[in-house]
Amino acid sequence: MKFPIFLDNHSTTPMDPRVLEAMLPYFTEKFGNAASRNHAFGWAAEEAVEQARKQIARLIKADSKEIVFTSGATESDNLALKGVLEMYKEKGTHIITATTEHRAVLDTAKSLEAKGLATATYLSVDKNGMVNPQDVEKAITDKTILISVMLANNEIGTINPVQEIGKIAKARGILFHCDATQGVGKIPVDVQAMGIDLMSFSAHKIYGPKGIGALYVRKRNPRVRIAAQMDGGGHERGMRSGTLAVPLIVGFGKACEVCEQEMTSETARLSKMRDRLQADIMAALEESYLNGHPTNRLPGNLNISFAYVEGESLLMGMKDIALSSGSACTSATLEPSYVLRALGVGTELAHSSIRFGLGRFNTDDEIDYTIKKVIEVVTKLREMSPLYEMAKEGVDLKSVQWAAH
Amino acid sequence: MSYSDKVVDHFNNPRNMGSFKKDEDGVGTGMVGAPECGDVMKLQIKVQNDTIIDAKFKTFGCGSAIASSSLATEWLKGKTIEEAQKIKNTDIVQELNLPPVKIHCSVLAEDAIKAALADYQKKTDAQPTGTK
Repeated sequence: MKFPIFLDNHSTTPMDPRVLEAMLPYFTEKFGNAASRNHAFGWAAEEAVEQARKQIARLIKADSKEIVFTSGATESDNLALKGVLEMYKEKGTHIITATTEHRAVLDTAKSLEAKGLATATYLSVDKNGMVNPQDVEKAITDKTILISVMLANNEIGTINPVQEIGKIAKARGILFHCDATQGVGKIPVDVQAMGIDLMSFSAHKIYGPKGIGALYVRKRNPRVRIAAQMDGGGHERGMRSGTLAVPLIVGFGKACEVCEQEMTSETARLSKMRDRLQADIMAALEESYLNGHPTNRLPGNLNISFAYVEGESLLMGMKDIALSSGSACTSATLEPSYVLRALGVGTELAHSSIRFGLGRFNTDDEIDYTIKKVIEVVTKLREMSPLYEMAKEGVDLKSVQWAAH
Repeated sequence: MSYSDKVVDHFNNPRNMGSFKKDEDGVGTGMVGAPECGDVMKLQIKVQNDTIIDAKFKTFGCGSAIASSSLATEWLKGKTIEEAQKIKNTDIVQELNLPPVKIHCSVLAEDAIKAALADYQKKTDAQPTGTK
């Protein structure tokens, strides 16, 4: 086993060696600019880009002409929201989204609101973190121009009923954007069946390189248009200017191809490891609570709150395992996870949460080690915890008057 | 942000972790913080002849919070009540190399010390024949 063990695959993933191998020639030998139409260097680069477009489109059941390359999912989210609002502002300026979206969507929506370019409704979610399609429908007004709901949540792994939301959007003639960054390559995605009009995703979450992402933009039924946010040269059919990062794109394509080929077997393997991690930990530790949907969740995701123990100290006690937490102490802004708060988990349990993100390169040995370590460290920290002590004495913590400052 | 060696040391080898009985003679208990802030510290002192002969802590909080309270118990042992009042959070920050974002942990530790001292004072004031 190599230490530290990496169990934070929702934050990023190691590159698959096959992806790296595919990329290398495009740095030094086939280094042409894909927009150079007049010589072999350019043609080779363009060919590689088109091949990657096809690989990426196949994974999501789209047409290769519907793929727009960006610097990542954050840029894709920005392009989708800002691009739609700008293009269709005569039709309407109301956006419907959810409180559990990634900051790339939430902050973009808030920025549009602050500039007076849009109004937004932020739907709440149920206790499993799921968006209710009925809530989406109820929020629609005659000014609604865009619905943006993510496929799967990066913190709690909950998968949203995207197909139903797509149906509602279609029936009302409203564009549906889906931030599918955590879902693409892990669970089957079909933009036709799901009624998706715009979709953001990126390479570095699926064993590809950082710095490259895509926005799927529907070409038919309906033809979606977006106003470019990056001007200068008209690349990507005028939707996103800038020289294409050919090696990264090649890597992105290869990463998608590998995901398509291995999805079924990988899902089975990851689910098994994750289920074992979950079962063994929760059986050994009382007052541990699963955050997110029990069954409708990403195969590699697990998010558990351990009562009476704070997340950052838990991570410190498991320094040889890379994980993340919803605790305020682990965030730059000292705010606990807004996703966990949106579930109604309560700030105390938000501070006590740990997110496990299993991935392609994790092994059973690593899971065994992690189970042991988690049980050991939670137990040690509970011994150290005045809250655990009070709970054992029968004190109702909710009734205590805390001397906070 | 990787943790400072001293913080890690206190975390792995906490000093004086545990509890005295609250109603034990000569014991002052300070409990500060709140679960929803992610920080709760319980600090206890055992006093004899105006000197703190023992101290214990229990903390719900991050590594820096645990280290701050552990360090506090180390410093309290052997001090008089008057000397203990002088412990400042800035001393803790310096000793543990706490980054700016963790300074509030040291403030909470100072609060805990003062709360324990105040509780002890309240108990001795209530006793008719003074401290043992």
